[in-house]
Amino acid sequence: MTNIQPVTEAAPPSPTEELATLARSRGKRATAAWRLMLPTPTPWLITGLALIGGITVFGLLAPFFVTDPGAISNTGLSAPGADHWLGTTQTGQDVLAQLAYATRGSLQIGLLVGVLATVLSAFFGIYGAYLGGAADEVFSLLSNVFLVIPGLPLVIVISGFVPRESRGLWTIALVLALTSWAASARVLRAQTLSVRNRDYVAASRVSGERPWRVIAVEILPNLLPVLASQFVFAVIAAILGEAGLSFLGLGASSSSTLGTMLFYAQNGFALPLGAWWWFLPPGLMIALFGMGLSLINFSIDEIINPKLKNARLVRRRARRTARMNRKAAAS
Amino acid sequence: MNYVLRKLGFYAIALWAALTLNFIIPRLLPGNPVDILLAKLQQRGGSITPETRQAYAILLGGDDSQPILAQYGNYLANIARGDLGVSISYFPAKVTDVIGASMPWTVILVGVSTIIAATIGIILGALVGWRPGTWLDSLIPATTLLAAVPYFWLALVLVYILSRGLGLFPGQGGYDVVLDPGWNLPFILSAIEHATLPALTIVIASLGGWLLGMRNMMVSTLSEDYVLTARAKGLPSRWILVNYAARNAVLPSVAGFAISLGFVVSGSVVTEQVFSYPGIGSRLLAGVTNNDYALMQGVFLYITVAVLAANLLVDLLYSVVDPRTRAKG
Amino acid sequence: MTLHVENSNTTARPAGGPVLTVKNLSVVYETETPIPAVLDANFELGRGEILGLAGESGCGKTTLAYAINRLHQPPARIASGEVTFHDRDGEDIDLLNLEDESLRRFRWSKLSMVFQGAMNALNPVRTIGAQLDDTLRAHNPALRKPERKTRSADVLTRVGVDPARLRSYPHELSGGMRQRVMIAMAMLLEPQVMIMDEPTTALDVVVQRDILREIVRLKEELNFAVIFITHDLPLLLEISDRIAVMLRGEIVELDDAETLYRSATHPYTRKLLASFPSLSGDRGAFIRSGEHDSFEEQK
Repeated sequence: MTNIQPVTEAAPPSPTEELATLARSRGKRATAAWRLMLPTPTPWLITGLALIGGITVFGLLAPFFVTDPGAISNTGLSAPGADHWLGTTQTGQDVLAQLAYATRGSLQIGLLVGVLATVLSAFFGIYGAYLGGAADEVFSLLSNVFLVIPGLPLVIVISGFVPRESRGLWTIALVLALTSWAASARVLRAQTLSVRNRDYVAASRVSGERPWRVIAVEILPNLLPVLASQFVFAVIAAILGEAGLSFLGLGASSSSTLGTMLFYAQNGFALPLGAWWWFLPPGLMIALFGMGLSLINFSIDEIINPKLKNARLVRRRARRTARMNRKAAAS
Repeated sequence: MNYVLRKLGFYAIALWAALTLNFIIPRLLPGNPVDILLAKLQQRGGSITPETRQAYAILLGGDDSQPILAQYGNYLANIARGDLGVSISYFPAKVTDVIGASMPWTVILVGVSTIIAATIGIILGALVGWRPGTWLDSLIPATTLLAAVPYFWLALVLVYILSRGLGLFPGQGGYDVVLDPGWNLPFILSAIEHATLPALTIVIASLGGWLLGMRNMMVSTLSEDYVLTARAKGLPSRWILVNYAARNAVLPSVAGFAISLGFVVSGSVVTEQVFSYPGIGSRLLAGVTNNDYALMQGVFLYITVAVLAANLLVDLLYSVVDPRTRAKG
Repeated sequence: MTLHVENSNTTARPAGGPVLTVKNLSVVYETETPIPAVLDANFELGRGEILGLAGESGCGKTTLAYAINRLHQPPARIASGEVTFHDRDGEDIDLLNLEDESLRRFRWSKLSMVFQGAMNALNPVRTIGAQLDDTLRAHNPALRKPERKTRSADVLTRVGVDPARLRSYPHELSGGMRQRVMIAMAMLLEPQVMIMDEPTTALDVVVQRDILREIVRLKEELNFAVIFITHDLPLLLEISDRIAVMLRGEIVELDDAETLYRSATHPYTRKLLASFPSLSGDRGAFIRSGEHDSFEEQK
């Protein structure tokens, strides 16, 4: 019984390897690795990008085109009409104008906290896993502990102890980031551990590459899809978290966000008075933005887990075959 | 056994971390919580003795006469004794009493809602993943949209439509105030009626996460060798779905319960605010409004301990559900 | 441009009629440009014979095996052909047109499979006993629990595994043991055909030898036919009655093991035979230096 190569249990393939195999099995030339990392344009992805793009443009540019959101008038609580496209608040302020500025505010803080949280989780997750040993154990324990301690109550307590005057944008952003990095860190750590044990990383280390180079050149590129996905989650969580905080009156004192808008709507008795144009748009804006980000995350998910991409292609083929069969049966 | 010990050890550390956080926060942040608290207490008609000041100093800091470690020791001792001070917002009730009265409301609401959402989400996720290409696929973007909706906004919309608009459910409170609280039928029915909208909010908003997670895992699991073998063995389709595919696909959902419970608890705090539901979340917020630091600290502690306990239970349950963890030890 | 194989070529016609007939079977992968995985496969499998199916990775042998049992999944599609199972009691079953429920009942009870890499073929969250039980319950609802347990214990003993292992989980067994369990599972309903896809490739040589001896012994005892799929041609030469060689989806040679070894007709077969190093170091130039007769030109 001669066996030239005893087949050993292969390590789970990295996303790029699996995608390359997929592409090759289709009879195409294997595409460059970085191109495989890009998502395929599906209707979901395009919808997601459209939502994100639209809302971002609205937040960036609309404030230049609307009237002063703080201008009080005496047409309080009027429904949407020619003068005010989204009606007015209790004090006669234009809801559309407020929406524009509030969207910008929410986007700002979402981005800020998203970046902060991702940096924190990247540090604790990736660096810890790379170092291994005691450092990894400690970092991992830290993230697990932060993970199980419930976030919003902690944020509320911290915000509650800070006197109103000191609740600036950066304070709130920092507090939100500190309570939301843990989940991402765990995911990044798991991914780094799996990449770290691959042969090309070992080869790089053995050949004397400096740690930061090994991380930057060998490990990070494989983590990019996961990092992107975690960043998206962080931004969604940040916007939702800040909205909740502001709704409770604990948000950044000076800023105007979708959350503060809802706070004023609640305090202005928008709901009992039936002023749906006041509280519906801000929440809808948050929901649409979150949905857009989630749709983009689906496409990133397909890159991380090519089996999902396979499943979608199988569905598409099944539909096509069914259509062909129907046409054949009809003719 | 090893697994159990490790988990117990971890949760002990997490508990210690929470207690320490609770101790540190008032001392780190600007302002003098003790003075503010005592001022408010006097406003409500409480009397301030040196012992009272001492007690609050131990709880919140501001007592420089003792080294910090001694303060820490006293703080832990007080916690162990169950002394969390007197609440300003609900003066003269003790903090532990306030929490004790409101805890069951939240536990029942959050517990039941999470179980319902998890059950529905996992079953739907398994079905969507098992047979792709049916109308069920459209559930995915729909629940994703709902998951991106802020809990409290969804609550407002539901109240607007179902309560104010259609008058189906009450929009405020935990029960009809004219009734006697207690184990009598009218009260229980009223409680259920009042809990419907808050529960519906939590279920709708958290369904998406369970569904998506389960569906993704199903897709992965279906390409595993043991599912192929099960089909080759001629096992009935439904048997494979339940015992071979779903049984394996559900594991990460169980493991990830920790993260989802954290979200649900966070969401429920704000939901309670919208509904004026007499749960622990509204107590926390009342504390914030009134600078009732003792209550805030107490509630945070209780919430954290409850979440930690739930997570510990789930982790222990996981070792029953996945035999491989028992071996790794 | 292919060497058309006629079964009448061989002297080893299956005695007493074949148990499985495959005629003009073609399997296509419906990707953006369709890829033929199996082209026009023709062969018969005799009762109680061991038919080896050899070829390099990607030649379509596994696709062929899966297609016979209709386990192939999209994008694979059976483009044409017939697969007929000749049951012991005289009935002929057209496998490709079986209804779902009949296919389910047919599977495992008449034709079972042992997959490559049994490491993952066992459900990690159910005990061995439960998985054997599942199989029995799915096909023999009349059997009661104690009888099922006895049968499961029996079949484990037959392959040399301690029946106490019925209570174990797959991760508690070694690779060799898991493979034995898979073989036991395949024998559970006493099928007439067993398809084995690289059953020993992932194991060390000593365990391989043991398991192959078991397979041959069991075959003698229970008289089932085996389609043995592997890239290891010398292995097939030792245990098979007849050998089929596949290249790029086509069966290019099908003959007695003996005849194939001594006078293989197709150039690819000859190249395969020549590529395995011998202990004496005579053959094997292809492996060491890459020199070979390019058989492409001889087509």
